[in-house]
Amino acid sequence: MTQPTPTPSSAPGTAPAGETPLVEIAGLKTHFFTEDGVVKAVDGVDLTIRPNRTLCILGESGCGKSIMARSILRIVDAPGRIVDGSIVYRAEDGRSVDLAKARPTSREVRQIRGKDIAMIFQEPMSSLGPIQKIGHQIVETILLHRRMSKAEAKRTAIEMLDRVGIPNPAQRFEAYPFELSGGMRQRAMIAMALSCQPRLLIADEPTTALDVTTQAQILDLIADLKDEFDMSVMLITHDLGVVAEVAEEVAVMYMGRVVEEGDVYSVFENPQHPYTRALLKSVPRIGVTTAARLPAIEGMVPHPLARPSGCPFRTRCESVIEGVCSKAQPALVPVGPTKVACFLHSDATTDD
Amino acid sequence: MTETRTASDAATDEFDDTVRILGPWALVWRKFRRHRLAMWSGVVVILIYLIAAFGEFLAPVQIHETSVRNTFQPPQRIYLFVDGEDGTRRFQIHARGVKMELDRVALRRTFVEDESKIVPLGFFVRGYEYKLLGLIPMNVHLFGPTNPRETVYLLGADRLGRDVLSRIILGTRVSMSIGLVGVAVSLVIGVLLGGLSGYYGGWIDGLIQRFIEFIRSVPTIPLWMGLAAAIPLDWPPLQTYFVVTVIVSMIGWTSLAREVRGKFLSLRNEDYIVAARLDGLSDGEVIRKHMVPAFMSHIIASLTLAVPLMILAETSLSFLGIGLQPPQVSWGTLLKEAQNIRSIIEAPWLLIAPGTMIVVAVLTLNFLGDGLRDAADPHAQ
Amino acid sequence: MMGFLLRRIVYMIPTLFLVSIVTFIIIQLPPGDYLDTLAADLGEAGVEDTGVMDALREQYGLGQPIYVQYFKWMRGILLYGDFGLSFEKNRPVTDLIWDRLGWTFAISLLTLLFIWFTALPIGIYSAVRKYSVGDYVATFFGFIGLAIPNFLLALVMMYIAFKYFGQSVGGLVSPEYLDAPWTFDKFVNLLQHIWMPIVVVGTSGAAALIRIMRANLLDELYRPYVVTARAKGMSEFQLLLRYPVRVALNPFISTIGWILPTLVSGEIIVAVVMNLPTTGPLLLRALLVQDMYLAGSLILIVSMLTVVGTLISDILLALVDPRIRYQ
Repeated sequence: MTQPTPTPSSAPGTAPAGETPLVEIAGLKTHFFTEDGVVKAVDGVDLTIRPNRTLCILGESGCGKSIMARSILRIVDAPGRIVDGSIVYRAEDGRSVDLAKARPTSREVRQIRGKDIAMIFQEPMSSLGPIQKIGHQIVETILLHRRMSKAEAKRTAIEMLDRVGIPNPAQRFEAYPFELSGGMRQRAMIAMALSCQPRLLIADEPTTALDVTTQAQILDLIADLKDEFDMSVMLITHDLGVVAEVAEEVAVMYMGRVVEEGDVYSVFENPQHPYTRALLKSVPRIGVTTAARLPAIEGMVPHPLARPSGCPFRTRCESVIEGVCSKAQPALVPVGPTKVACFLHSDATTDD
Repeated sequence: MTETRTASDAATDEFDDTVRILGPWALVWRKFRRHRLAMWSGVVVILIYLIAAFGEFLAPVQIHETSVRNTFQPPQRIYLFVDGEDGTRRFQIHARGVKMELDRVALRRTFVEDESKIVPLGFFVRGYEYKLLGLIPMNVHLFGPTNPRETVYLLGADRLGRDVLSRIILGTRVSMSIGLVGVAVSLVIGVLLGGLSGYYGGWIDGLIQRFIEFIRSVPTIPLWMGLAAAIPLDWPPLQTYFVVTVIVSMIGWTSLAREVRGKFLSLRNEDYIVAARLDGLSDGEVIRKHMVPAFMSHIIASLTLAVPLMILAETSLSFLGIGLQPPQVSWGTLLKEAQNIRSIIEAPWLLIAPGTMIVVAVLTLNFLGDGLRDAADPHAQ
Repeated sequence: MMGFLLRRIVYMIPTLFLVSIVTFIIIQLPPGDYLDTLAADLGEAGVEDTGVMDALREQYGLGQPIYVQYFKWMRGILLYGDFGLSFEKNRPVTDLIWDRLGWTFAISLLTLLFIWFTALPIGIYSAVRKYSVGDYVATFFGFIGLAIPNFLLALVMMYIAFKYFGQSVGGLVSPEYLDAPWTFDKFVNLLQHIWMPIVVVGTSGAAALIRIMRANLLDELYRPYVVTARAKGMSEFQLLLRYPVRVALNPFISTIGWILPTLVSGEIIVAVVMNLPTTGPLLLRALLVQDMYLAGSLILIVSMLTVVGTLISDILLALVDPRIRYQ
């Protein structure tokens, strides 16, 4: 027993193979044009989000996972811009929209936000409007996308509050965010995000700001609601424990690129990329008695303005190949059951 | 294995070279430099203070010298070339002599240029005597008529025939220094009371806060007017000057005290202050070494922004006739000459010249203060 | 909330008393009193009669110690609404200030509306389109507005109005309408004149508020809750008004507190320059000749407005920002 065992809440592989993906991201590049230079926050990401699956995006702070998620909904703040790639969303009626090409303020995109794809954020206190009642904020979302009377919307909102486990929902409807505890606020945000029954919920580190017990409750809640609403969840986190608990598929990111992707069992039991391997090795385990130091990944994440040439992980990699890893970036290609971007496994580069 | 270490070390090395550590003042200066408007304003402000310091050197005409012949004379143009009778042109900066004519129909005086009369002008000419910086007796002036017995009115003359340009230059000294002195007084009172309030809290804080609230609830202008009107008209000008300064500094110190108090209150609970106290530093040392440097830059920025308010206050009071009194020369007393619409119509330069000076001074001080405040704020970009 | 209100009102009363005392002391500061000025004037005119002087002194209670005079004045105000007598004009103070106060109020209120209707949209635009041409222009005018003293602006505008538009200067109506009854024409004439003092006094206030609004809004524009609103699918305009602007408005509202008294006292100097029938010129004159009760009452009333204004703004702030209410 050397790895944390993944325990997803629904059996993997329930979706039939060959189904149409919900969102397909290809070659996404989101760069920030700052005074000091261009920060390539997302530098060539390929990702597929399938219906009814929980995909976890795993990576250190600054690897670009948040920016990638925000790029999907086109809510990246200036000076960030999508410079390349496509984000194709397939709606229920079969239409597909390339979100990367659409204007961020266009009606097309606005109709998808909140209704087809919803997002919840890390800090519920600062992510909820500070001087509006939470009930009002939920009703607002509902009325934006569904044709209902105000009274019906209010009823739906109270139902949602109840569904996410907030006691006294009718009373809490009139509460302000600052009157609720951290866990309650996150539940309220989930209620708001799911009020229009989206097909994809993007959760950007939803439990990072919460204590461990609340964290478990929120993760359970998200899993239950995923089943009930038949939706996909893209959960962004830096916490391996969270991944082990909820993920069905996992994508590991480093410096703006996906370095390894696949179903969570394969990735955890047999990591192919040196970064994934090092990450999994660095998790402390209770019960393992060695006197050796906890293995940590050597070096530091390079400054975003000083990206190493070729493979960005080469400056910290224990299996770096001289003369190869600095020449070109490895492409994300299938290697066995998972996809890996590493010259140890394939010669494919991103220039091909 | 050795190979990999070198590779990763090299990568970190090439990054380390680009990292420099800058001290806090250096950081403030760096941020300030990027704010070009504030930089240029700073230059202009320094220039204005230089004008104040070297006043008489720059002023071509004695400011109290009256001349009945030249009352309300418009500004004279400067010409560069003289056409000689033999058709030659030579370079000589000059102004033309002016004749006063009486328009018997409209019963007004007009001033007409007399082409035949030339008043040569030059740099570093000899003129009236004065003491540079109050110490060195001199009689050289930067610019003026080469013949010390002639006068030229570059910005026109007022109702007593006095040169407006020279009076503005010397008024700069009074107006700008009131700003500085007033700010100094504000600083002392504000920091003292604000600091006491913020550092000790409790009933001291409560008392001082009530005091400040009370002062703020009395409307400023009537308060100033009341106090200024109370100054007896027969007091020596220096005394009036100081009392006006003190009155004017009454505005500044309340906001400064509040800011200092706010900063002290928030700093008091900062971990590093608590650590310093636990380490055994006395209150005085904690304040001096840790707290004051933390908000010093803010104070400087606030003070710079308070100076123009004081200048405006003095100007307003003197304009109304209850601040500085003639024959003292400040921008406010100069504007007093332009108080009614009739004088402005006849002699608009009486209003425009000192008015422009005030606007420039206040604007540049505001830009400078804004730039300083942005540079001092660690959270601003 | 009620407790908060009551506490503030209770605080007001001793503050106002303190203000009245300070005012009275200030009025008394110049050596001598009105009668000395009168005597000087009479003396110049060659009239001398100490008997009359003494009788007047007795009547106005000027010979008595200061606290007695103060007490008499306060008693008059509180019991009879009698603010005293104007020595110079020989009329009760209340007569003199009543309609002047009306005009002061009217102009101040109109100026306040002017400030709000210009500063709000310009401030919002400036923040949302930061560093655009519009932002720079607005900021520039904002700075000019702050730098030019009110009275200077007044003089310049009057000059331009007279020279290029032939408009009569000074006062709120042209001389021919001064004593005429109120007709539509007079009203039009009033409008033609009244915009100038409103713009003059309002410009610096608007300039300050634009900067405040811009700064406050910039603070809020990039906060997480704005991103959430966007992620819900709201349009930019909708989410701008409903979220960051509403939060940024709060400090804005607290500025009403100082705006009203600033207007009332700020227009004093402009009123002197433009010869408006408001309290300003009256106050200046009263201070210069030491017309004690007139000056004191005027200052007292303006102070009262300040205190009440601050209270109103605190109440408004509590109404608008629930975070304050619930503390």
